[in-house]
Amino acid sequence: MSILPSGIRAELPRKFRDYVILGFLILCLLFFLMPFYVMIVNGLKEATSVSVSTMWNLPTQLSGGGFVEAFQRLGPSMGNSLLIAIPATIISACWGSINGYLFSKWKFRGSNVLFALLVFGMFIPYQSILIPLILFLEMIRLYGTIPGLVAVHVIYGLPIVTLIFRNYFTNIPDEMVEAARIDGAGLVRIFTNVMLPLSLPAFVVVCIFQFTNIWNDFLFGVTILTNPQAQPVTVALNNLQGSYSVDWNVVMAGAITAALPTALVYIFLGRFFIRGLLAGSVKG
Amino acid sequence: MKSSTARATNTKPANPVAESRLPRTREQPTRKRYISDRMLSPIILSPAMTLIVIFVYVFIAITIWVSLSNWGTLKVDMSIRQPLGVTYQQMFAMTRWHANLRNVFVFTALFLSFSLAFGLLLALLLDRKLIGYTIFRNVFLFPYALSFIVTGVAWRWIFNPEKGINVLFDTLGINKLIEAFGGPPLHPGWVTDTTVLFSLNSWLGGMFPPLKSLSIQLGIPMALIPVVIAAGWQLTGFAMSMYIAGLATVPHELREAARIDGASELQVYTKVVIPQLNPVTVSTAIILGHVSLKIFDLIFAMAGGAGPGFVTDVPGIFVFDYTFKATRYNLGAAASVIMLLLVCLIIVPYLWTNLRKR
Repeated sequence: MSILPSGIRAELPRKFRDYVILGFLILCLLFFLMPFYVMIVNGLKEATSVSVSTMWNLPTQLSGGGFVEAFQRLGPSMGNSLLIAIPATIISACWGSINGYLFSKWKFRGSNVLFALLVFGMFIPYQSILIPLILFLEMIRLYGTIPGLVAVHVIYGLPIVTLIFRNYFTNIPDEMVEAARIDGAGLVRIFTNVMLPLSLPAFVVVCIFQFTNIWNDFLFGVTILTNPQAQPVTVALNNLQGSYSVDWNVVMAGAITAALPTALVYIFLGRFFIRGLLAGSVKG
Repeated sequence: MKSSTARATNTKPANPVAESRLPRTREQPTRKRYISDRMLSPIILSPAMTLIVIFVYVFIAITIWVSLSNWGTLKVDMSIRQPLGVTYQQMFAMTRWHANLRNVFVFTALFLSFSLAFGLLLALLLDRKLIGYTIFRNVFLFPYALSFIVTGVAWRWIFNPEKGINVLFDTLGINKLIEAFGGPPLHPGWVTDTTVLFSLNSWLGGMFPPLKSLSIQLGIPMALIPVVIAAGWQLTGFAMSMYIAGLATVPHELREAARIDGASELQVYTKVVIPQLNPVTVSTAIILGHVSLKIFDLIFAMAGGAGPGFVTDVPGIFVFDYTFKATRYNLGAAASVIMLLLVCLIIVPYLWTNLRKR
């Protein structure tokens, strides 16, 4: 997963200053890895050996620790999160690709204003639409259901996916559209025959980005899926740490478990992840 | 589309190459077809735009209406509360709301300084492209892929008053050092600590006597510091990535020229490179600033809510408590409208300048 721009080779330290830089970067590395160390080390301990004073010590015996119980407790909600994130990601990526194509290649009077109205939607605090949203979902009988939450994620994901696709398609030269038009292709055929085959990288970026955002969502999950059987993993994890009957080795193992899918996506597809983030991305 | 098929009968393909590439298209492009395609664009966009208008703009309007209404219990009551805006008036008189505003501004200021400075530093150090570059960069950005809830759970334990960091203060001998200088040992209660550092009350009270009666302490709540560190841990990588992308656009010739002119390596950065990064700083600050005005999940997971004396209360928590726990819908809605206004204050000018440029 080399994300170094091509043509640049990393160098060995030569001067004293380089060793100072390297030393500082290693200290930062320890700071960034420290919470993972705490989560993994304590997640691997047995409930009996997790104590106040040994939080920073390595586990003395090798066993499943809290992971077995964490899997049991979070398993169902991991399933729910997948049922929410996968359909919502696919639908919003497909829909966003069409919108992005039209906003970049088929501008019309007022399309830039519409685009600005659309993009504004990704910055709003969702607290300011929650009350009417819940009333509306109750009205159409989707409140508290997974399909309801999928719909919510698709709609509020539209701005960001459209933005990423629009920026991607803007970089494809207009001449390609012109050429296809001279060849007799219309708006729809230009999309299916010319643009779609070129847009695989954008699809990967959008899918990774949306999957991560939806998997990590908490606010919609906690307010819309109030039924414990349907709750996503972020809500289940937060409840896990709040319940007094659960030992904290289980909570630590649970945090690792809940983070695993997005962590794996990052580890294997980090390159695309960074591209999505720079394509005008926002967290929150 | 219909009009072009009607015309297709009397036109023959003029370009055989094009014909072979797009074999099913028989008709020549015509002005009419072009126009019908132009009309197709807004038609295909209309479902998405309709949804956005309803789910964003109409819903915001409804929330504003709720904030002005009598709906303060479980029973829906959309009648306008008289006098107009009295819910806002009551909210701005609440001690809890004052603590809220203090916390969200202090948090934003500290969090932005932390992530921007740290992110810039990491980007500049990585710019040397020493061995391990890829590993460093990927690890620094890794927390960004996690949920705020996971971050909150991990850091809650690290900042646990009886465990975590405080144990390190003892075992690493930091407390012994402080005691040697006559100070009390360091055992902060972190997210549950009600201390407010650098309290400005007496100073402000001296300047503006009306402020003496302020119901909260103005300063930096100790409880927010762990939250700032956790949020910085998660989002410094984002700032770093923005700066690395920005550094890639600073031409190498510019640095070479400065070096030839006799600038030291430090001067090359402070005088040439960093000023070129100003636009990156502005957009990163705006994006992270709006995230921090909306902060909710992280505090919910780390402190469980508003905390003792509202030390960790922010508008996101306030809205959640009053809307979903206390069912005072008009008050919750009023707070969310203020949140939206704060976000608009920084986002609208940003979008305005960015989208006009394109």
